[in-house]
Amino acid sequence: MYRGSYRPYVSPLDPCPPMRVKKFVLPPPIFMDFQPPDLEQVSPREALMIGTLWPLLADEFYREEGIS
Amino acid sequence: MWVYEKKLLYPVEVGECNPKLARYLMEQYGGADGELAAALRYMNQRYTVPTKVIGVLNDIATEEFSHLEMLATMIYKLTKDATPEQLVEAGLGAHFANHGHSLFYENAAGVPWTASYIQSKGDPIADLYEDIAAEEKARATYQWLIDISDDVLINDSLRFLRERENIHSLRFRESVEILKDERDRKKIF
Repeated sequence: MYRGSYRPYVSPLDPCPPMRVKKFVLPPPIFMDFQPPDLEQVSPREALMIGTLWPLLADEFYREEGIS
Repeated sequence: MWVYEKKLLYPVEVGECNPKLARYLMEQYGGADGELAAALRYMNQRYTVPTKVIGVLNDIATEEFSHLEMLATMIYKLTKDATPEQLVEAGLGAHFANHGHSLFYENAAGVPWTASYIQSKGDPIADLYEDIAAEEKARATYQWLIDISDDVLINDSLRFLRERENIHSLRFRESVEILKDERDRKKIF
């Protein structure tokens, strides 16, 4: 949802097995000039887990995604 | 101004998947005696050297930028497809923590490039002797890089780059000789 990707140039002479798609993060705040009022909220306990009260602002980065 | 040609000065081919070599090559990318330091040093000194040797500094600075581009190509090819784990294994964990997969002007030990690597003294002999020393140090660095690299294709490019340092050194020495000729010259303006 908050990700972009592109296909970098891959040479037939690359020494390593190529990564054909590179992904990057498009973090939620860049789509929001001002936070709109009355956004959906999660419970305080869940907010502690994800880092924010508003799930729309959580982009949930995991190392398994292969973004680097 | 410059005219850019979208090709490398000399072909860069990488034979083996060896991200560790990328770390060592960074010494010539962003190190004290590397191509960036050389290019910026000459490009800046050229304004305040005698007219006869301005062109030497300008041309060599330009060539150093093309060498920088070759080094960048080698480092990029060796690191672009490595996983974070492979980069850590190659000794590039600290680099990855700060820069991800991107290149940065720092030496093999991860020390960022600084302008204090170069000097501009405003004295033609002092500046040209610094330039000669810089070329000899870059030549030596290439020797040590060739010594620790098993990649014959990379070594081919490194040998080319090393030989260029010899030529540049000679051109700077010739520049000193040109300036020595000015001694006691009776000029009529």
